[in-house]
Parts: sequence; structure tokens; C-alpha cells
Amino acid sequence: MQEITQSFIPAAQYSASFAAAFLWLIPAVPIVASGVIALLKQPKRKTSATLAIGSLSLSLLLSLFAFAHVVTDWSRSIATREVVNFTWFQFGTTNVDLGWVLDPLAAVMLVMVSFVGLLIFIYSLGYMAHDENFTRFFCFLSLFAGAMLGVVIANSLLLLFICWELVGLTSYLLIGFWYQRPAAAAAAKKAFLTTRVGDVFFLLGMVWLFSQTGTLLFYNNGAGSLEAGALTGLLAQHAGLGLTAAGAIGLLIFAGAAGKSGQLPLHVWLPDAMEGPTPVSALIHAATMVAAGVYLVARVYPLMQAGALTGGTTTALTVITWVGASTAVFAALIAVAQNDIKRILAYSTISQLGYMMAGLGLGGVAVGMFHLITHGFFKALLFMGAGSVIHGCRDEQDIRKMGGLWAKMPLTFVTYAIGMLALCGFPLVFSGFWSKDGILEAAQHWSVAKTPFYMLVFGALLTAFYMTRQVSYVFFGRWRGEKAAHESPAVMTLPLAILAFFAVVLGAIGTPAWPWFRAFLEGRAASFDMHGFAEPGLLALMATSTLVVFLGLGLGWWIYGSKSPRAEEKDALEKAVPWAWAALRDRLYVDEFYSVTVIAFYAWWARVADWLDRRVWGGVVAGVAWAFRGWAQLNRLLDIHAVDGGFDKGCEELSNGGGLLSRVQTGRVQTYLRILALAVVALVAILIWSSRA
Amino acid sequence: MTPLAGYLLVAALLFAIGLAGALTRRNAILVLIGIELMLNAANLNFIAFWRYSPHPEALTGMMFAIFSIAVAAAEAAVGLGLVISIHRHAHTTDLDAINRMKG
Amino acid sequence: MSIAFYLLAALTLGGALAAVLLKNTVHCALALTVAFAGLALLFLQLDAQFAGFAQIMIYVGAVAILVVFAILLTRGSETPTDGVLSRRWFAGLLIAVAVFSVIGWAVLQSTRALPHQLAAPSVTVQDIGVALMGRYVLPLEILALLLTAATIGAVIVAMYEKEGPK
Repeated sequence: MQEITQSFIPAAQYSASFAAAFLWLIPAVPIVASGVIALLKQPKRKTSATLAIGSLSLSLLLSLFAFAHVVTDWSRSIATREVVNFTWFQFGTTNVDLGWVLDPLAAVMLVMVSFVGLLIFIYSLGYMAHDENFTRFFCFLSLFAGAMLGVVIANSLLLLFICWELVGLTSYLLIGFWYQRPAAAAAAKKAFLTTRVGDVFFLLGMVWLFSQTGTLLFYNNGAGSLEAGALTGLLAQHAGLGLTAAGAIGLLIFAGAAGKSGQLPLHVWLPDAMEGPTPVSALIHAATMVAAGVYLVARVYPLMQAGALTGGTTTALTVITWVGASTAVFAALIAVAQNDIKRILAYSTISQLGYMMAGLGLGGVAVGMFHLITHGFFKALLFMGAGSVIHGCRDEQDIRKMGGLWAKMPLTFVTYAIGMLALCGFPLVFSGFWSKDGILEAAQHWSVAKTPFYMLVFGALLTAFYMTRQVSYVFFGRWRGEKAAHESPAVMTLPLAILAFFAVVLGAIGTPAWPWFRAFLEGRAASFDMHGFAEPGLLALMATSTLVVFLGLGLGWWIYGSKSPRAEEKDALEKAVPWAWAALRDRLYVDEFYSVTVIAFYAWWARVADWLDRRVWGGVVAGVAWAFRGWAQLNRLLDIHAVDGGFDKGCEELSNGGGLLSRVQTGRVQTYLRILALAVVALVAILIWSSRA
Repeated sequence: MTPLAGYLLVAALLFAIGLAGALTRRNAILVLIGIELMLNAANLNFIAFWRYSPHPEALTGMMFAIFSIAVAAAEAAVGLGLVISIHRHAHTTDLDAINRMKG
Repeated sequence: MSIAFYLLAALTLGGALAAVLLKNTVHCALALTVAFAGLALLFLQLDAQFAGFAQIMIYVGAVAILVVFAILLTRGSETPTDGVLSRRWFAGLLIAVAVFSVIGWAVLQSTRALPHQLAAPSVTVQDIGVALMGRYVLPLEILALLLTAATIGAVIVAMYEKEGPK
């Protein structure tokens, strides 16, 4: 049974919302398309591409429609959260419900995911044109898009988890798309297993939440797990380590998000995931899937925030902040010393995800989500630009073998530069500046400690530095490659242009003068007011961040931009501080640490299990088999000697007996006579005896 | 011992002797001789019983004996004829040697 | 039990013994004749005159002669090789002994129950004739048939075959 309910602000009125009722189509259509493509044969490229792009376009249209609906309602000051719930199954008296939700958060994310996704689909038409597994690619892409959209609209933690796992699966399939390469297969496995570690904690949190509140629905007319009643109940429970149940569950769910979004201990899979095709890196590992973790934290934010006094914070949010800030700095440091164009971007992504998480912890949903939206656009742009570069340089990915591409690939250069400046947070013009500043501002006003602020500022410096390094190596200087490079076709450069446009323009919705995004998410009215800049300390902060950005850009230009190193020459910084460079280039040895501890432990377990299997269980099986064979042999012996032997013996005895008996037939008369006489005597004796008795 | 018992015993002994002869001698004719003796012993039995029976005028025993004698004669004739015939075929009257019916 | 009985019994039994024990078959046949004669005399002593004379006429006069003839006719190939007694003659002896013991025991056991008529019956040949033609006419006729068949049979059995035996 379906119920379309309104919740959140009592002034809401019931609207027979067409958008809400058909929201489920948004993820369903791409998933169905994926299923159909799976049945197609490989040569049917046009059909598969049409299906994929068509389905995602439909999803985009529906998302825009839903977004427009939400915006209209918001503009009329009707803050709405529309929910459609239904019972999936029940056991005993407990129901397991699923449902979807349409609120500002979901609407914004829907548009971002479907829009960026559609652009990347179109880009893939050009990028994967020479690949023979074209249809399989679009099948997986479509499945991914559907699953990600499912994560966005889920109103039930269970439905979210289901789509979450689907997203993880498609990520695995797409990273390992060129599975014949052992590096790709290994990277896919690593991604899946590392996110699995996070997912275990996620599942634990989910189960705990269900057992405490009795429901996994987020919003259910006051009975949902994120609504006031459930939250007070969770706060009342204490879970040890000074945490309430709400905080503990929040942290467990954050662990799942940390896996998917590459936060510090579980970040190791993201750089290796660059083994997949570049559109995959753009879509999944820049704009959408890794953002799913951030989105999850935003979704269950009431849980994280429960119990916070006004202006204060909870343990869960503090942990999230620290993890996010550490990740931001850690990944930025490593990005400085990488030489693969995509790896630099991968570490940059990890760093920016750290920013987003820190933003959520420091300033709330709007702050983190704004950075997520802007980052989605310019990171996708950067990855696709990198893909264009790789394509143009004939599958070369080492930046030391590129150079001087600003002339050969002008469109790519311009769009890439826009993306790079947005990422660095170049002041005022680019969206990255406004979104990052939002986070910095929240960090500055954080009540717990000031250290995250300094870390994030340092991270911004590093970001500008390594991006300048990358751009100098790739686009400036002399061409260091072997063959000549060429510009990419329009089907690839057009999406770049569109994304570049948004990388600039999106900043407008998050400025302090017109905080439309924040107001939209929080259900307040927004108005354009220049006095927004008059907040104390805001201008100083803007000046600080501008300074930091220019410092980073300047440093980068000074060390790398002005010179044009030869291909084999060592990096300038490497010559200066070789030991630091080596540590950074080797990714601060996190992978090696894991390999020695966790992997070694598991390898040991695997050996034990193998030994058990072969020796003990195998021994048991072999023993049973041996026993059976022995039994069979025994049976055989029994059969041969007892049964056959007995039977043969019996027949022999019978035959002998017959032979013996035939000796009575001597053929001589007197023998017969004797027997007759004997018989008569016997009979007479019996007769006499019986008559006497 | 009554006279009857005496005659009966004699008849029994005669019978036994005849049986012994029939069962132990090799020659076929001697077997027939034994059989004749057995028949005669039976006749003696009948006559003895007739003599000491309560109604001898019924002549049952005497008739029996007379008929027995007649049949014995016929049987002797046929039997000896058979022996002669066998002798013609097997050139011997040794009963141990005649075992064509051996099974 | 008079002396005559014992003497006659001895004669008969002696003759019988001789008939089965002697080596020479002709001697056996002649001993048989003696046994027959003894038996006839025993019949006479038992006041069965007709049976006695019939015994002499048939047995002594015909059967014994027949036996002698048969012996003489089958004498040619007799070679006294393995003795007169057959294989396993002891078994036959035992059986005979067993038979005698059973019958003898039965007789001795039932001595008291045996009929006991001491007066000699007076039976004339006329009575026998009347009985034969009266009460026993059917067995008589059948006997006649039997004798006819036996005669024919004996002749056929002992006849020379035209093909001649091998």
C-alpha cells in the first residue's frame, strides 16, 4: 500500500504531486535500459548507446521536472518533503518498508547526477568508439546511473543500501572493464574489498538502527528513524565510549561513507581505480559514486546532529571533521609527487572529498553539499579533459611525456584551465572559490578546535600547487612525447565546454550575497543582499584564501611553469628534497602498510583455510571415500567368495549329490531287490510298532 | 509253541533263506530259485493257517495256495524265458555284469 | 510237534540252504527239487493232500525241470571268475536276517492269538472242485488267461530272433 505523505513543516498542504509519485521512474528507466542492453550482441553499438543515452535523458527530464516542482513549492514558501512509502515484506508483526523521498537535497542531487552523467555518456561515445566492448560499457554505465539515482531518492536506509551495493558492483565492473589487464582486475578487486570493509560497518549501523527504532525509513509521517520521536529514543540510549546510540550509529554509517568516499584509512582503492576507462573515472570517481558517501552523511545528518546544543557539535560530527581534514591534507601531499595525469586527479578527488566531509562536519548539510555539487562539475570536467589529452596523445598518461599541448589542443586546454582554476578556488569568478570558502568559513567558526581550519588552508595551498605543476607539465613547455598530438573530436570537446560553463556559473548560487543553495536546502527564503558580505571576518577570510591560492599558483609556476624540463629529467622538487619526494611518490606507504598487516593476515588465514580444506576436510572426504571404497571391496569379496562361492559351491554340491544319488541306479537287479526288501522290512516294522502302540 | 507257530517259523526261515539266495547270488537263475523258495514259503504259510483255522471248510487258504502254485509256475516259465533271452544278448547270466540300466 | 514235523522241516530247510549255497548251479536246482519235495510232504502232513500233490506235480514235475533246462541252456559262457556271490552280498544277507527276525518275532509274539484247531479237516477233491467252479470261478478263469499269456509270452521271449543277436 502506498501512502504519499508530507512531512517536515506542518504548513505543508497535500499536493497530488505527480513528480513524487513517478519519482521511481528516474532510477528505474536506466536500470531497465541496462538490462535490455545486456541482452544485445556486441556489434549493436548504436542501439545500446541510444538506449543508454535515451534512458538517462529521460531521467534527466524527470529530474528537472521534479526539481522544478520542488523549487516552485519552495518559492511559495511551502517547504515540502514528499515521501512515498510501501511495505516490501513483513515477518511476524514487523514490517520492512521501502520508499523514496523528494526534497530539496534529493532534487539537487538528482539534477547533478543525471546531468553530469548524461554529458559523460555522450563523451563516452567518442572515447570508447575504438573499443570492441562498447555495448558492455554502456550496459554497465546505465546500470550504474540507475543505481546512483536510486541512492539519491531512497527514503529507506535499506533501499539506499541496496542501491549502494549496486553502485559498488558497477564500480567494480567498470574499473575492471579491461579485465584482461591484470592491473585492472586487481584494482577492481581492491576497490570492491576496501569499500566492503566500510559496508560492513554500514550494515552494522543499519541493523542497530532497525533494532532500536523498529523502522529503516527516514521519514514516515513522524514515525521515521530520522524524525523527532526516534531520535529522542536513540539519544536516551548510551552506547559506551561516551557516545549515545545516535552517535554510534552515525559513526558506523559514516564508516560506510568513508569507504565509498575514500576517506583516510580506506582511500587506497581510488588511485588504483584509475585503471578503468577515463569516462568511468570521470563519472564514478569524481562526480557521483564517491559523492554518494557524502550524500549519505547529508541524508542521515539529523542522526549525526542529534543532541547537539545550539552552536555546538556532536561527537560524530567531530570525528567526521577530523577525518575529512586529515584526508584533505594527506591526499594533497601525495598528489604533489605523482606523474600519472589521472592519479594526480584521483588524489585531488580524495582531497576534495575530505573537504566535503569536513564541510559537513563543520558547517552542516548545505556547506558540504554545495562543494559536492560544484566539485562534481569541475572534477568531471578535469577528468574528461584528461581523457581528451590521453586520447590526443595516443593513450599516453605520463605527464613527463607530454608538454606544449596548449597549441595542439586549444579547446581542451581552455576548458581544462577553467576546471583547474575552479578546483584551486580562484577567487570570485569560479564556483570552487565560493564552495571552498563556505567550508573555510565554517572551519574558522568551529567551536571545538582551530586546527582543521589550518589544515584546510594548507590543503588549499597544496591544491593550487600541484594543479599548477600538472598543467605546466601537460600543456606548457616543449612537446616531450614521441608522435604528434591532436585535438579530440567534437563529441568529446562539447561536453567539456558545457561543464566549463557550469564550473563558472554555479558559483553564483552559493555566494554570501545570495545564499540561494543554503536557503533552498534548509527551506528558507533567499534574497539577494550585498550585506551578506558584511558578516564579521568574512572579507578577511576571502582575502586569506585568495592569498593562499595565488601563493600556490605562484610557487607552482615558479618551480615548474617557467621551465620546460626534459622527459627523463628528474622533477625539480625531487632534486631538492629527494627523501620527501620519494615518500610522497610512494603514496606515504599506506598500501605497503596494509599489505604487511591486513593482507598478510588474510593471506595467513587463507593458507590456514586452505590447509584445513585440503588436509582436514579433504582428509575427511578422502577418508569417507576410502571407507566407501573399502566397503565396496569388502562387498566385492563377499560377493565373490560368499555369494558366488556359496552359490557355486551349492550348485556343485547339488551336482555331486545328484551324482551320488545316481549311483543308486546301478542298473543291477539285485540292488533293486535289496532295496525293495529293506523297504518292506521297514514298513512292516513300522506297522507292528504302530499297532502295538 | 503251538504247531501252527512251528509251521510259521519254518515258513519264515524258508522265506529268509530264499530271500538271502535271491539277494546274494550272482547267477540270475539262482535269483529265480530264491524267488521260488519265497513263494513256497508263502504257500506253506497259507496251508498252515488253513489247517488251524476255525473254518477249514471255507477252503480259503487251500485255494490261495493252489492259485499261488499256478501263478508261480507261470512266473517261473516267463522268468526263465527272460533269463535265456538275456543270456543270448549278453552272453552271461552274471547279474553284476548286466547293468545297462545304470543311471 | 511230532518228530515227523522236525524231520520234514529239516529236509526242506536243508534243501533250501543247499539250493542257495552250492557252487554248481545244477546241484542247486536239484537241491531245490528236494526242497520242493519236502514242502509237499509238509503239506501232506497238514492234511492238504490236494495242495501237496499239486505241489509235486507242478513244482517238482515242471518248475524244477524248467530250472534245470534253463541252467543247462545258459551254461556255456559261465566262467567261474569272481565267485558265486554277488557284490555286496553281505548287505543282502543282513536284509534277509532282518526279515526273518521281524517275521519271527511277530510270530512268537502272537502265539496266544493264533488259531488253534487240532481236529483234522476232511476235505475232498470234490469240495475243492465245487469251490473252484463256484466261489472261485472268476479267479480260475483269470488264472487260465494268465497261464495262456504266460505261455505265449515265454515262447516269444525265448524265441530265436530272425536277425540274430550280435
